[in-house]
Amino acid sequence: MVTRPAPVDPARRAAVRQGLSVAIATSLYGISFGALGVASGLTIWQTSVTSLLLFSGGSQFALIGVLGGGGGIGAAIAASSLLGVRNTLYGLQLTPTMSPRGLWRIPVAQFTIDESTAVSIAQDTVPNRRLGFWVTGIGIYVGWNVMTLVGALVGDAIGDPKQYGLDAAASGAFLALLWPRLKSMQPVAVAIAAAVVAAALVPVVPVGIPVIAAAAVAVVFGMLTRRQTPDNQSPDGTLL
Amino acid sequence: MTIWIAIIGASLIAFGLKFAGYTVPPAYLEKPRVSHITTLLPAALLAALVVMQTFTVGSTLVLDARAAGLLAAIIALLLRAPFIVVVIAAAGTAAALRAFVGWA
Repeated sequence: MVTRPAPVDPARRAAVRQGLSVAIATSLYGISFGALGVASGLTIWQTSVTSLLLFSGGSQFALIGVLGGGGGIGAAIAASSLLGVRNTLYGLQLTPTMSPRGLWRIPVAQFTIDESTAVSIAQDTVPNRRLGFWVTGIGIYVGWNVMTLVGALVGDAIGDPKQYGLDAAASGAFLALLWPRLKSMQPVAVAIAAAVVAAALVPVVPVGIPVIAAAAVAVVFGMLTRRQTPDNQSPDGTLL
Repeated sequence: MTIWIAIIGASLIAFGLKFAGYTVPPAYLEKPRVSHITTLLPAALLAALVVMQTFTVGSTLVLDARAAGLLAAIIALLLRAPFIVVVIAAAGTAAALRAFVGWA
């Protein structure tokens, strides 16, 4: 093995720090999932396997919510899957960064969730995007599963993560990841439109769909505009 | 047994959905029009995640301590605070409002 001098690239360290911060705040929510899983009638083992295999917070809460509420298997799987559709979109977005091949696609796919995607796409270079993805994805996978087991074993003894403001921590983290992108008109316009569309749809469509609709905003905007660089003399003669 | 079927079924579908995103040929994603869209997607996705994480409970729009936490985050960002400070400012604000003022 070749020894290298320790990298002091601040952007690299930022990717790691952001990934770890998001992983810690998110993982602690595993306690809620573990406690709620057992309260919904799952065994400790079933609750833990759900976190290990399903590994997507929203989908997991939807699954046990329906099962705990007395809903059928079909309804539980449907609610969970509807929330999982956005992960397909994240995969599309992450393909050029991660470019996984063959069996390597299995761990990459499994770690593809809101947080790993958010941290990854917020970085400036491909190596840092990959780093952000792995730090966040693996960090949350380990933390979420450990905390699920803790929650399933001890219930709510540690208290609601809300009391520590961990839900707001995630809000702040997502905003901090968005912030550096808001330097030119196009992303600002897209972000505002996406936020408005997502908020407007929350009461009228199933949970999980507003984020997909927000992505559609970017697609439509992208089709109607050109990249904001002066050297981009697009020859295809499209609108605008 | 039925719970196991639900867990395994949902997990298989969830993995299939995640995996499907990685089956599109990268060459397609590098076309100028498509890459223009994919450079705009992060702003849209992150903005939507901020909204969902801050202002919703299930299918209901709500205004609670998280909104105050987000405001604290905005102030921290305007002051060019580092990432971890932004996150702690948001969490601390929400936690304090819940503990001392009784906000939801």
